[in-house]
Amino acid sequence: MSKIIYRFLGLLVLITMLAGLGGCAGAGGVEPLPPKQRLRVATTTSLYDTGLWGYLEPMFEKQYGVELDVIYAGTGIALEFGRRGDVDAITVHDRAAEEKFIADGYGVKRVPFAHNYFLIVGPPADPAGIKGLEPEAAFKKLIESWKGSFVSRGDNSGTHAKEKSIWKKAGYDYEAVQKAGAWYIEGGKGMGPTLLMASEKQAYTLTDIGTYVFYKSKLELVPIVDKGETLLNVYSAMAVNPAKVPGVNIDMANNLISFLISPAIQKLIGSYGVKEYGMQLFVPGDVAGTK
Amino acid sequence: MAEIWNGFIRAIELIISLDPEVMEIAGRSLMISVTSALLAWAICMPLASLIHFNRFLGKRALINLIQTFYSVPTVVIGLFVFVLFSRAGPLGGFNIMFTPAVMVVGQTLLITPVLLGLTISALSGVDKSIVDTARSLGASGLQAAFVVVKESRFAVVAAVVMGFGRAISEVGVALMVGGNIKGFTRVITTAISLETSKGDLELSIALGIILIIIALAINLALNRIQQRS
Repeated sequence: MSKIIYRFLGLLVLITMLAGLGGCAGAGGVEPLPPKQRLRVATTTSLYDTGLWGYLEPMFEKQYGVELDVIYAGTGIALEFGRRGDVDAITVHDRAAEEKFIADGYGVKRVPFAHNYFLIVGPPADPAGIKGLEPEAAFKKLIESWKGSFVSRGDNSGTHAKEKSIWKKAGYDYEAVQKAGAWYIEGGKGMGPTLLMASEKQAYTLTDIGTYVFYKSKLELVPIVDKGETLLNVYSAMAVNPAKVPGVNIDMANNLISFLISPAIQKLIGSYGVKEYGMQLFVPGDVAGTK
Repeated sequence: MAEIWNGFIRAIELIISLDPEVMEIAGRSLMISVTSALLAWAICMPLASLIHFNRFLGKRALINLIQTFYSVPTVVIGLFVFVLFSRAGPLGGFNIMFTPAVMVVGQTLLITPVLLGLTISALSGVDKSIVDTARSLGASGLQAAFVVVKESRFAVVAAVVMGFGRAISEVGVALMVGGNIKGFTRVITTAISLETSKGDLELSIALGIILIIIALAINLALNRIQQRS
């Protein structure tokens, strides 16, 4: 009888080994003996959901002979990963939070490498009648008219921070907005899922243009508000400061930042998705005039 | 509903064509969860024997406590392991955050209570007369205990498979401490979570079907073993 048990255990071990082989084959077959070094970067969901990181990752890995681990998370938790030393570099889009991160000594330097714009998207019928307004005026009308709902990221991400800043500029206390009624929905999801949820509920939401364009074919949402300087969205990269957080792979993190701002990659960022979606998802570099 | 049908077709396509990415993800899922289940077994077998064969104060309460942890949410374990193994945490020196190793740790922790509880039940389920027979034939207490452990083996294997099932189907620990890194810590459940968030329902359903097929295969194997016994 116990033979059968051994056979079963043997089978499990065999499966495990086969799986291991499969894993290795998937990772690229023969590898040099010293295991490749790994670089961990935490990124905001919009850079991941649009596929930009998936596009850049193999190029960086090839150029520097390193395994790049891209972990997608909202800006809030991405910065926390940095503070705790779980990642070596961060690419996010919440300037105030980034500056605090650096002021607290956790980040070396804020290096903007791309930008685009936020949009308020919503159902084509535009029940609240906010089309074409400035973002602040649109939010004001939304909260006062009680027509149409709004899905908020509600996850401390860069987009969520932007939303809060628009509420503030429109003259509302964010806590009051959160309690304003059932029309205000805190999704607690990444950018892509939030868009899908807004489309499902035929609600308005704030999104970066890149993720919106990427998801557009799956959405019944149209751009409602797309002008206003508040809507600027700057992505920057930061290496985690090895002086404050021990164990950071700072050399490779610096390589990653140099890679992102190198002319060749900047050009690729600018042209990413243009062919597929008929428009630019990311504008390379920082915005002229701002730092 | 069309998605489910299309997902089914897609699953069959992915399996027949041995799609390298899907195979890699499925292989990794298996490897991590099988390792966790075997590790948990290695922890639980001696621990369960200790608890079962000894009489002590609070034994009933301890077993109740173990059973309470059957239903501990996976994200709570994920959070706990994250706080422990994050570089700034007490076990940060191991530097295994966002690796398959920490996923194994988390899943082992997750399924240990289930395995422990079921192993104790398995030992309790052994016919009392076997102990009496062994003792009457001159076996020492320890030898009699070994007889009981041996007799319980089928129930124990069932417990290990149950633990494996909970490990391979969970997403909380894998996502939180694994980070769902492509080609490194992405497993079936985290891939489903990501693909669904991308709105790619067909691929998600296909991956879900593959997960169910794995579970089915393991259960069939288990049934065979139990029938032969």
